Formats: sequence, structure tokens, C-alpha cells
Amino acid sequence: MATITLDNIKKSFGKTDVIHGVSIDIEDGEFIVIVGPSGCGKSTLLRMVAGLETITGGEVQIGGTRVNETEPMDRDIAMVFQNYALYPHMSVFDNMAYGLKIAKTPKSEIAERVAVAAKMLQLEPYLTRRPRELSGGQRQRVAMGRAIVRKPKAFLFDEPLSNLDAKLRVQMRLEIKALQRELGITALYVTHDQVEAMTLADRMIVMNAGVADQIGAPLEVYANPLTEFVAGFIGSPATNFLPAAALPGTPASAARVGIRPEHAWLSTEGEARLTGTAVYSEALGAETLVHLRLPDGEMFTIRQDGARAQPAEHQTCHVAWDTDQQMEFDEAGRRI
Amino acid sequence: MPGPSHTGMVEKRGAGHWLSHAGLILGVLIIAFPIWLAFVASTVTNQEIVQPPMPLWPGDRFYENYSNALVSGINAPVARMLMNSAVMALGIALGKILISLLSAFAIVYFRFPGRRLFFWLIFLTLMLPVEVRIVPTYEVAANLNLLNSYSGLIFPLIASATATFLFRQFFMTVPDELAEAARVDGARPMRFFWDILVPMSRTNMAALFVILFIYGWNQYLWPLLITTDPSMNTIVMGIKQMFPSGDDYADWPVIMATSILAMLPPVIVVITMQKLFIRGLVDTEK
Ligand SMILES: Nc1ncnc2c1ncn2[C@@H]1O[C@H](COP(=O)(O)OP(=O)(O)O)[C@@H](O)[C@H]1O
Ligand SMILES: [Mg+2]
Repeated sequence: MATITLDNIKKSFGKTDVIHGVSIDIEDGEFIVIVGPSGCGKSTLLRMVAGLETITGGEVQIGGTRVNETEPMDRDIAMVFQNYALYPHMSVFDNMAYGLKIAKTPKSEIAERVAVAAKMLQLEPYLTRRPRELSGGQRQRVAMGRAIVRKPKAFLFDEPLSNLDAKLRVQMRLEIKALQRELGITALYVTHDQVEAMTLADRMIVMNAGVADQIGAPLEVYANPLTEFVAGFIGSPATNFLPAAALPGTPASAARVGIRPEHAWLSTEGEARLTGTAVYSEALGAETLVHLRLPDGEMFTIRQDGARAQPAEHQTCHVAWDTDQQMEFDEAGRRI
Repeated sequence: MPGPSHTGMVEKRGAGHWLSHAGLILGVLIIAFPIWLAFVASTVTNQEIVQPPMPLWPGDRFYENYSNALVSGINAPVARMLMNSAVMALGIALGKILISLLSAFAIVYFRFPGRRLFFWLIFLTLMLPVEVRIVPTYEVAANLNLLNSYSGLIFPLIASATATFLFRQFFMTVPDELAEAARVDGARPMRFFWDILVPMSRTNMAALFVILFIYGWNQYLWPLLITTDPSMNTIVMGIKQMFPSGDDYADWPVIMATSILAMLPPVIVVITMQKLFIRGLVDTEK
């Protein structure tokens, strides 16, 4: 258990700059999710904390000590990989015990710690099996177990659930969160899935092309995105963006305006701020997503209650929203 | 379809089945016949061999001929030659595996100056069989006082570009994340090598062991050059040494018994390692 501090961390591979300076102070026991689209540098950032990637600039501290030059094994962290990286020739027990064995932990203590972790993760019946004799979800649990038994200062997760099917993903997400709460170990969790980020994070780092666009609690980031990128990435379905010029009454400095689908509604002609043609509707039961084509050809999505009437195809629709809820961004994509 | 056509097909397949089996059996007989003859020759008296017709069924001198060969032989006891061959073949097979594992490990997992150069140098030596470099190798071995010694039999043949190459290819299929997981778990490089890479390579190692053991066992030219003392002869070259020079008569039963004995160890190795061997050639465990 420890605090982690990133101080203006940078990474270049040769001449390509991948991480452009990320800073965050992570509190002891906090669950931090690094979220962003594929290729934005999430894994690289995490791997620098793990010590698997050298740090080009800035400083990483774990528990208040600089660890830039420390080998991964001496950082006292545990990592869960996307493809689990279990040792294929070792039993589940040995997989979990390997780190402890290397640390020369007494045998009785190893057995005890593995037993506790196995119980926590419902892996007790499988301790003698090889990884290939397990299902994806069980392998995932073994990878978790391997991290838990070490009692590390921090857990590092790199997209640990992306190889599981949707249902299992939801279940494991809850389990990971519960485990982390119970153990109180600081966690850094990488994902490209914004739902995972929203549900797991105490605070999240939204990454955009090597830059931390915004760091904050999930609901705060949702309610108050600092950049156009964050507004578009967090929230599902994605925010609609319109050129500010198309909307009367927006500040002169605004270049684009974002309206979340859940904040807009089909309105009467009188209160309409926009007009478009219904293209299709996705009825999901509790809610319906209405997709409109605007006169300039752009799409606009409205999320409405499932009980409300859906517009027919090609029907002209009027759209309104509360101007308090619209988000205005300047030319550089920053929130005004 | 059920009914007559179904049984008809079975019959037809049955006929083809038997025909191909007959063909296979015939092939086996043709291949096994010389070996059978050698075995027969090792169980009769020399008299019976040199007098046509050659017997086709084993005689009653099995025990005599074999104990004669094993204990006294012609130049050196065959038991001694078997031992020499075993030491050489095991030394070459195990040594090659160990050295190639280590060099493949270095090439795949470490970045050092000249890494590619070294790899290609090793690869180049693939094209140089023992025979091509035998004279300079002999010179070196002689200067190092390796003549008539196990070291002389083993070390000049112990580097293996083929095995290095095979292990390199295998290591490159091992996911990087496995090495990283081990690093996070606290394994230093050699620990990772022994605990993870070596056990994961065991089927490949078994397959290679079989091939290399036979390679080492069948060495002929090199032992012929480097051993002059009959007590250091290996069995494969030793058989040739058993033939008399000039008009002396050849002791065929003993020579044939030696040949049969020389064939046994490779056969035993192949049979005992068969399961692992085939698994190593067919799939990799990941
Ligand atoms: N070893 C490497 N050498 C060169 N470029 C790399 C290396 N690893 C990652 N990158 C580049 O860094 C960027 C970020 O990669 P990564 O951190 O894996 O993204 P993410 O995990 O967010 O999908 C990508 O553009 C990728 O191509
Ligand atoms: Mg990644």
C-alpha cells in the first residue's frame, strides 16, 4: 500500500514522442483508471510505472521514493496483463506462488497466502490444474491471484478484462472493484472501455494522444469535460458536436458546441433549436436512440425514454435542449 | 445412406485397407531383411557364414558370440566402445542443447552490440559441415592435447547452429508478457531462463535430443581422426576397424554382433522418447 506520484512523465521511442508529460498524485488505496482510445499511450504510461519501460523524462515515485532507475521486481508492484501471461507449465498454485518463492518466503506462509487468495477468488478446486485447463474467466482470476498473494504496494492492470465475453466482463469488473476495496491496495487500471472506467474509478485519467486531457472523478469528468475530446470520449452514446456558427446565441470564442444525446429531446417546432430528418431509431427497451440527419449532412443522436413515440423514417424532427447543458469549445478544443 | 450401399462401402474400404497393409508389410520386410541377416549372422559360427548358402534362421551361438564381442571384441572390447559412444553421443546431444539454449536466450532476450551480427555468424556456420572444417579443427584439437580423449570427441562437435536457430524460433513465439510477468514477479534473467523458458522448451529439447543423440552416435569421420588408441574407439568407427587388413579372415559373427549392438542404443532412445519427440515436432506448448 502506497501513494504513487507521477511528475511530468514523458516517453519517447526513438524520435517519436508517445507520452508528453503526465502528472498525478495518487493517494494510498485509490483506484485510478487510465482511459483513452487505442494507441494513445495508456499501456506505455502504466509500463513506466511498472518499470518495464524506461522513463524518458520526469519522475515516478512509489511510496514517496523515486523509482525511475529501480527494476520492476524491486518496485514491489504486481501486474495483471491483458493475456494474463500465466506460466503455462506451472500449476495454478505454482503460478500464484512463483513470486513468493523467488522472494524466499517460507513454504508454510506461501501455502497459507495462496490458500487465502484462492478462497477469495473461488479458485480452490483448480489449484493443481494447468492454465490451459481453465476457462478464460478462471485464468483471469489466477492472474489476479498472482497479484494478490504478493501483497504489493500497488496493482497495475493493463486491459485485464478485454479478452472476456461481455457478461463475464461485468462480473469480473465488480469483483476487481470489491477486491481492491477489501485489500485497500492502490490500483492503476488501463482500459479503452469508458464504461469500465466510469464504474471502477475513484478518479480517472482521460488520455488523448499522449496527453492527460483530464483527471478527475468519473461523474465530474462526465458532467464537466474540460476538452472536446473528453466530452466526445466519455458518455455513451457519444456527444453530438455542432459548429457554433449554426447556433445563434453562442459566445463568439466558441468554435464547436457539444450536446449530449441524453440532454436533447424531440420538441415542437416552436422551441426547436435544430431541425433534421429521422434516419433510424434504435429501441433498446428502456430507452430509444433516435438518429437524425441534419441539413449539413452530420448525424445527431437523441436518447429518449423508451415509452415515448419514435419518429417515422424520413420524418422531419425538431430538436431542443437546455442551453445550460450545452458545452462550448474553442478552436483548440478547450472548454469555454 | 443406410442399407446395402453402406456395407458395400465398408467392404470396398476393407479391401483397400488390406491391400495397403500388405504393401506396408512388404516394405517393412524388405527394409528389415538385411538387419535380420545381420542378426542371424551374429548367432552362428563363422564357418556357417562363409560356406554358402548363408543360413536364414538364427543359430545357437547367440550367447557365445555376444559375450565374446562385449568382453574381448577384436581390437577393443565392444562394451568399452559402447561406453565411448554413449559418452560421446550424450555429451554432444546434451552439450549442444545446453549451449544452443543459452545462445538462443542471449540472442532473443538481450540487446547487445553486434547481436544481429552474431546471429548471422552462427547461422552462416550452418553451411559448414564438419568435413569442411575438419583439418583446422584437428589441428586445434591436437594442439590442445585433445587426441584420444572424451573432450576431443565431444567439444569440437558441440556447437550447433541448427539447434540455436530452432530454440531462437521457439523463444520468439513465447509472448513478451511472460518475460515481463516473470520480471515483475522478481525473476532475474537466469531465473527466468531456468524456471520458465527451459521447462517450456522441454518437448523441443526432447525432439532435439533424439536427433542429436543419433547424430552423435553415428559420428564416423571425426572419431576416426581423433582416436588412435583402440580403447578410445567409438562403436560406429570401431566396426570398420574390425575388418582385417590384408588376407586375415574376418570374424563375421563378432562383427555382426557388434553391428546389432551398435544399432540398439539409438533404437532405445527413439522408442523411449517417442511420445515427447512427436509432441515436440508437432506442437508447441504455449
Ligand atoms: N516499443 C515501442 N516502440 C515504438 N513505439 C511504440 C512501442 N510501444 C508502443 N509504441 C507506440 O506508442 C504508442 C502508444 O502505445 P500504447 O501505450 O501501447 O497504447 P495503448 O495502450 O493506449 O493502446 C503507439 O502509437 C505505439 O505505436
Ligand atoms: Mg495497450
